[in-house]
Amino acid sequence: MGLQIKNGRVIDPANNIDTVQDVFIEQGRIAALGKAPAGFTAQTQIDASGQIVCPGFVDLCVRLREPGFEHKGNIATESRAAAKSGVTTVCCPPDTNPVIDTPGTIEHILERAEEVGLTKVVVLGALTQGLAGKQLSEMYGLKKAGCVGVSNAYHGVNPQVMRRAMEYAASAGLTVFINAEDASLRAGGCMHEGQVSVRLGLPGIPECAETIAVARELQLIELAGVRAHFCHLSTARAAQLVADARRDGLPVTADVSISHLFLTEMDIGFFDSNCRVKPPLRTQRDREALRAALTQRSISAICSDHQPHDVDAKLAPFPSSEPGISAIETLLPLTLRLVEAGSLSLPDAIACITAQPAAILGLDAGRLSVGSAADVCIFDPERQWNFNRAQMVSYGKNSPFLGWEFTGCVTYTLLDGKLVYQLGE
Amino acid sequence: MIPQNIQLDSQGRLRHLLTIEGLKRQMIVDILDAAESFTTVGGQAVKKVPLLRGKAIVNLFFEPSTRTLTTFELAAKRLSADVLKINVGTSATNKGESLLDMLRNLEAMHCDMFVVRHAESGAAHFIASQVAPHISVINAGDGRHAHPTQALLDMFTIRRHKKEFAPLTVAIVGDIMHSRVARSQIHALTTLGVSELRVVAPKTLIPSHASTLGVHVFHDLTEGIRDADVVITLRLQKERMESALLPSEHEYFQQYGLTPEKLKAAKPDAIVMHPGPINRGVEVSSEVADGPQSVILEQVTNGIAVRMAVMSMVLGRAPEGAAQ
Repeated sequence: MGLQIKNGRVIDPANNIDTVQDVFIEQGRIAALGKAPAGFTAQTQIDASGQIVCPGFVDLCVRLREPGFEHKGNIATESRAAAKSGVTTVCCPPDTNPVIDTPGTIEHILERAEEVGLTKVVVLGALTQGLAGKQLSEMYGLKKAGCVGVSNAYHGVNPQVMRRAMEYAASAGLTVFINAEDASLRAGGCMHEGQVSVRLGLPGIPECAETIAVARELQLIELAGVRAHFCHLSTARAAQLVADARRDGLPVTADVSISHLFLTEMDIGFFDSNCRVKPPLRTQRDREALRAALTQRSISAICSDHQPHDVDAKLAPFPSSEPGISAIETLLPLTLRLVEAGSLSLPDAIACITAQPAAILGLDAGRLSVGSAADVCIFDPERQWNFNRAQMVSYGKNSPFLGWEFTGCVTYTLLDGKLVYQLGE
Repeated sequence: MIPQNIQLDSQGRLRHLLTIEGLKRQMIVDILDAAESFTTVGGQAVKKVPLLRGKAIVNLFFEPSTRTLTTFELAAKRLSADVLKINVGTSATNKGESLLDMLRNLEAMHCDMFVVRHAESGAAHFIASQVAPHISVINAGDGRHAHPTQALLDMFTIRRHKKEFAPLTVAIVGDIMHSRVARSQIHALTTLGVSELRVVAPKTLIPSHASTLGVHVFHDLTEGIRDADVVITLRLQKERMESALLPSEHEYFQQYGLTPEKLKAAKPDAIVMHPGPINRGVEVSSEVADGPQSVILEQVTNGIAVRMAVMSMVLGRAPEGAAQ
């Protein structure tokens, strides 16, 4: 039952590999790289000449919309979108309905994901019960049921509860994932407060809504002695605060959403609701600083922050449209654009969507080590394609990148050695 | 992707009126000139011209309004259009019908124009992006974003008194932050090329990055209106006191209320404007509002001619016929 991927350029940043060689897969695991292991027979061969063979991508934030928001997507539709995008592990935040604050909900999601079998799903548990910011969730129980971290998503938590939640999470050995935004400074804001919001008369979210929250949480992280991760930073200043804290030895990491590395407040134009997103698109200066933070490794992961929506969610005046971008299908092509722009080398870019997010989640994933699960993405770095609505697989078609021309396209995705996606099939 | 500025058609003509931003100077002047030709209609024995006979115009007001709604209605009637008023506050959207479904139903009744007021910025753009190709949308005020016909009638009023825009210093005093009127006035005045444009208010009522709109920011009333040719005061909503933007109406009037005493800082022939409704003793004292420099009621009258001009231009009829 062997599978051989022939002649591809194998890039595995975790093992510092970047060379043209074959990959041998047996029983769902990487059996060898380079030379076939003894007794290996290839039932299947994939010719990857001229293509990149790398670990399947690990996406830190994918809303599957199940349970609770099945009119926007479900585990089956979004798993299919993940497979098409080369993503073999997705992390689902806890703001489903019901909220992921009981082992039962975790089991339901993990069972459904396994039934579908197109991508591996891990979940974050709720930091507080019902995300209400009052009572701690049963974190030990959630961990036992399989959650890889805890988060209160965008639901505010007062500093005292946050401190205690962090201390408790530290005791349970769970990483706290933080969406840093001060709710009172956000108030009714729906876009970045700046030169575009003043023109459009849209209530703005000031930069300090993020920086004050990051500064506050950094002090609580230090006090609680917890390992923490900042989700989707949007401002230059917040990235700097995290970089400084990392330099001082605090156990914190951060990611950035792929969309924030390309779009700014300007892209809202005249009220384009597809550019409404949380945190808001900021200025060009912020975008450049976020790219620089990746280059300098103070931000170590890129995620899609995938949020599929039904059509009606965006068909409303800007302030009442729902935030979020259906982004998983643009994760790789836009990451490759960062390489083209010189922000990252190709191996470093791949590390930002494989080994580094896997390390943040504490998963043995995102690498092609012998013996590890054969979750593999093969992509053609030269293939040009047009991103359009018709070939979007996600249930949500809400992307501001529709119509963009991309270079680089996933050709095969393997999950535990099994082919879950093949271009054109 | 939504086209950037959908209010112009492929030939650059006005298809909708959603915002002043992006309108060429000449187009604004054309609208003001057309309005000039309509000013005589109100004085005729039969106050009607047949320009829009057979056209159906729907006033779709999601927010209460008296002046704007009434002048739009009068303007449409004087152009001989059929006018329908939908008071959405008591209508279907309260019963769970979506905004889009409501628009589809009105389209099915073969309307030609929607005049829209809505509490959310961008609502008029949204509606214009969704309506059938034969329907035009006029923005009668969307959230804090724009109120283009108000700005145009203000420009019309200023031009009647001051003739040229180039030499003018204009000061807009009050709640710039929440004002769609101010945003549209700023776009109009910068496009028409006034010499200096100022906004005057405490920092809490001036949006950050205001200077990127091309205005000079003042926090002192006397300094802000010094040697101004035009002083525009804005309405102050009561709810500003509840959101920690201002301590009290009393202190606001003390610092920013326009009194005859403070008005002396402006040029002796300065005109005083207000989009209404006035809070007497808050933004402006009664002596000023009813005084010789006030043109506030003229603004209301001019609103009819300006709205006639916009409606007739958007619905594609040459306004020259009005004078005959």
